[in-house]
Amino acid sequence: MKKSLPLHLGLIALLIALQFILPVYHHGVLARVMVMATYAMGYNIMFGYTGLLSLGHAMFFAAGMYGMGLSVTQLDMSIGPAFGMGILASLLFSLLVGLLALRTIGVAFMIVTLMFSQTIFLTILYFGSVTRGDEGFVIQQSVRQIAGLDLSDPTIRYFAALTLFTTVLLGILWLVRAPTGRVLIAIRENEERAKMLGYDTWRHKLAAVVMSGTVSGAAGAAYGVLFGYVGASFAQVPYSIFPLLWVLLGGAGTVIGPFIGTLFMFYLIDLSSGITDAYMLVVGVVLVLLTMFARNGLMGIVRERWAKWLP
Amino acid sequence: MVNKALPTRRKILTGMAAVGAATALPDVTRFAHAGSHSAPIKIGFQVHRTGIGAAYGRWYERTTNAAAKVINDAGGINGRPIEIVAEDDGTDPKRGAEVLEKFANQHGCDIAYGTLFSHVVIGSAPRAAELKMPYFVVSEGHHVASGMLNRYTLQPGITDVKSQVQAMAPWVASNLGKKITMIYPDFAFGHNHRDFFSEAIEAQGGEVVAKIAIPPTEASFTKYFPKIPRDTEVIYHVMVGPSVLTFVKELGEFFGPSAPAIFGFVDSLEAVDFATPGLEFLEGTHFWEGMPRYVQPNQTEYDKFYRAAIGIDENGASVDDPKDVSTYAHMFGCWETLFTIKDGMEAAGYKGIEDRTKLIEAVEAITDMPESNEHPQGAKLFNGKTHQVFGPQYISKVEGGKLMVKHTTSLEDGFYPDEVDYTTQSF
Amino acid sequence: MEFGPHLMLAMLEGLVQASVLTLTALGLSLVFGVMRVVNVAHGEFFMLGAVLAWWITSMLGGPAAVGFIAALIVAPLLVGLLAGAADWLILRRIDYDPERTIVATIGLLYIIQQVTLMTYGPDAHPVAPPFNTRLALPWFEWGENGFQMYWPWGLSTTSYKLFVIVAAIVTLIGVWLLMAKTKIGLILRATQLDSEIAQAFGIPVERIYALVFGMGAALAALGAVLVVPIQQAHYLMGADPLLLSFIVVIIGGLGSLRGTVVAAVLIGMSDGIISVFFTPTLAKMLATLLVAMVLVYRPQGLFGAKAA
Repeated sequence: MKKSLPLHLGLIALLIALQFILPVYHHGVLARVMVMATYAMGYNIMFGYTGLLSLGHAMFFAAGMYGMGLSVTQLDMSIGPAFGMGILASLLFSLLVGLLALRTIGVAFMIVTLMFSQTIFLTILYFGSVTRGDEGFVIQQSVRQIAGLDLSDPTIRYFAALTLFTTVLLGILWLVRAPTGRVLIAIRENEERAKMLGYDTWRHKLAAVVMSGTVSGAAGAAYGVLFGYVGASFAQVPYSIFPLLWVLLGGAGTVIGPFIGTLFMFYLIDLSSGITDAYMLVVGVVLVLLTMFARNGLMGIVRERWAKWLP
Repeated sequence: MVNKALPTRRKILTGMAAVGAATALPDVTRFAHAGSHSAPIKIGFQVHRTGIGAAYGRWYERTTNAAAKVINDAGGINGRPIEIVAEDDGTDPKRGAEVLEKFANQHGCDIAYGTLFSHVVIGSAPRAAELKMPYFVVSEGHHVASGMLNRYTLQPGITDVKSQVQAMAPWVASNLGKKITMIYPDFAFGHNHRDFFSEAIEAQGGEVVAKIAIPPTEASFTKYFPKIPRDTEVIYHVMVGPSVLTFVKELGEFFGPSAPAIFGFVDSLEAVDFATPGLEFLEGTHFWEGMPRYVQPNQTEYDKFYRAAIGIDENGASVDDPKDVSTYAHMFGCWETLFTIKDGMEAAGYKGIEDRTKLIEAVEAITDMPESNEHPQGAKLFNGKTHQVFGPQYISKVEGGKLMVKHTTSLEDGFYPDEVDYTTQSF
Repeated sequence: MEFGPHLMLAMLEGLVQASVLTLTALGLSLVFGVMRVVNVAHGEFFMLGAVLAWWITSMLGGPAAVGFIAALIVAPLLVGLLAGAADWLILRRIDYDPERTIVATIGLLYIIQQVTLMTYGPDAHPVAPPFNTRLALPWFEWGENGFQMYWPWGLSTTSYKLFVIVAAIVTLIGVWLLMAKTKIGLILRATQLDSEIAQAFGIPVERIYALVFGMGAALAALGAVLVVPIQQAHYLMGADPLLLSFIVVIIGGLGSLRGTVVAAVLIGMSDGIISVFFTPTLAKMLATLLVAMVLVYRPQGLFGAKAA
């Protein structure tokens, strides 16, 4: 217990320090990775901690992104309130999805989330006159300013991403040690037993879905705000598979696993694309090897061998 | 089941740690040069090597390399050779933006260029503006001229969909018919066709009697054809993607011997051989072509030069493999864009990254582009305010399995009122 | 086109799609049912079937029928062998753990796609059907002289499409006979019911798994070879079949081959029929939502056993 808080705070301190020493390219990469890692952390709440495998998380990411983006283009909101709208949209949407999807479990749950996600994607295309469909739309640089700070400035963008990341990271750290978090883990381990012990598992699972969806939506809204683009490609199946991959690689059910997984995948793709055109081949091989020899992800191995206390 | 012959977890982890350590080292740009006037000008080429755009990306890359060779053989730009730095964007907007960052911050490129798919352009353009890097796209999209993007994004090598579609309407209305059924893919590219063509044909006294939007990944089309009204005079189709051949075959199978006039965009059949079985029913139908794929009786010396440089035969296929048909109607955009970049850099006296805005201003000042080896598709006019070029469009008829040009539109046929003036925007 | 002929055309087209979907989904259902794992690379085995069909027919040349028959036999065999090898080398080592299998098969997906891109290329290539004639179909209407047949404009199908339907039915019967009447079918069903007890009875479960994984992939490849003369072979063509097969298997009910067949027919045909009434994208939206709602209110699918 005593060790985990310094570890996580240490990570945040490291990220703050890196802002000043990283070369330009890696600095930009890290800002992007922090936003996507937030998405992965959101996914982890449902998957790593509660044991609910969703194949449709892109819908939450998109809900936040479009909630923010459409508030800017259709409702003429400024960027701060628009971001809030993105979070609100994903919160309400995840509540709706949870109420419907939690009637299923296991593989049916996987397919239901996948289907809902496909429906959202098709809806975005259907209302193309408003959403601009698959092409997407731009949030102009002039709009992306808060209190005089230009969010597209590299340093400000980095700190904005870091703020989001830190908030979610600490939030999850608190969650897994709070009673609610422990119930979620109990549900993941054995839902019947948790029910028999008197816990309202359905309510807890719904809470997990809502928290997971809202965090994922916040990441989506943040991406639109910080990188200036809202598009339907983010609502498609690959963007539901990515957080699953990142979490599994980094270590499901650990707090910093998602960040490690996201960082690892990004550099794996980036470095191998410098060596060969067939970088997806390299990624595929690495995935197969990792799952064969590092079954609990990178942080899972760390937890097993050195740090049993890792939350 | 432990097999000692396989690598242990420890070995794998050590390997991964080494990778991790390597990325923590200070950034060493791979193409570092001491600043000198013979140092190459680096052009970051955002290419679709994987993903849905890969079939086009391949030919874009081939054309780009051919043009670069021609430029370098003639002495380069301002005495400096150009170096094409290519990165795969996976036809994905997120990766596209990341790749632009690599160009600017890792490879030290002067400019970025070469994107085709609109959603990648729109996803990447904001980053280009933030990185203050000129971004020359070869996309056919109306996004540049619509004002959605920024002053750093230009499209000087290929005409946009609005212009192409508008230019078709007069000829279609007077030669094929006035009652049109449109069949198009149900995403932005198709919607552009639907909206722009409806407007244009109505201005010619025509009428769109049905609009059939086909979902993006559809692989079978017969069930949509019954929606074509009986009184249709012309079917206008612009399907794209891997199932296009199916679309054309099933269209032929549906109608059998009694079909209305058919007008398509050769986008449907880019990289596809017209001699493929099942396409016989296209004989006698008409197509828009960006640039005539088959050598015409009045072939210019410029077209001859262009084909020889890239290695294309008189059927628009690779000289190494007559079955490898090129994306002839679009790839010229890469060639012409690179030469426009050359003209711009020479006019601006471009010396380095500090001259990027001067380069943009120089390109904005370009107006006439006469037909030449550098512009083999036809004479063009560049609109510096909207950052979009206007050029001729070709209407061809399928005769004996080849496309023969029947009509060339004038530039004026494709003009539309300016929707933006980027020159009033600051850098 | 009038409503009647339009509906008939949509149903015919749907039947063709359903035929291919049935084979593909059956492959997944076998794997899912017997091994209880999610094979994300299933669509890639489908794609490989199509690509190999093109390769075989191009290599052999000659009349289209010869190449096609060769492809029909060889492509599923090759794909099945490849899948069996993948199971033996990879899935067996990860103990068929559900989550790890998902990651491993995602890795397999990337590998297969990239290798295909590097060898076969990014273009879509057609395969000539062994035979193909347009068949105009008649419709009936009540005229002055009683019931009359006439040939509505556009109402037609092709002989090859009818062949696909027949071929799928024949294969289905073959699979059913295999499962219900042969010893190997008995072993497969036993392993599906309870793999531990099956092992106790001396059934080499791991080898059975490799066989099943291979069979599942071979069925998908067979479906692809049948459909490739209608569509083309393209390296990204596995995505939709994967999605649809999953839906079909879950809706039909895990572990129920009969459910898979029924669901495949329903879903394959509904796509076409719904498109008669709604614009395509709206139709797809409604169909997707419908699938989700079926599962929400009946999670075990149509024929699955109700979960405790």
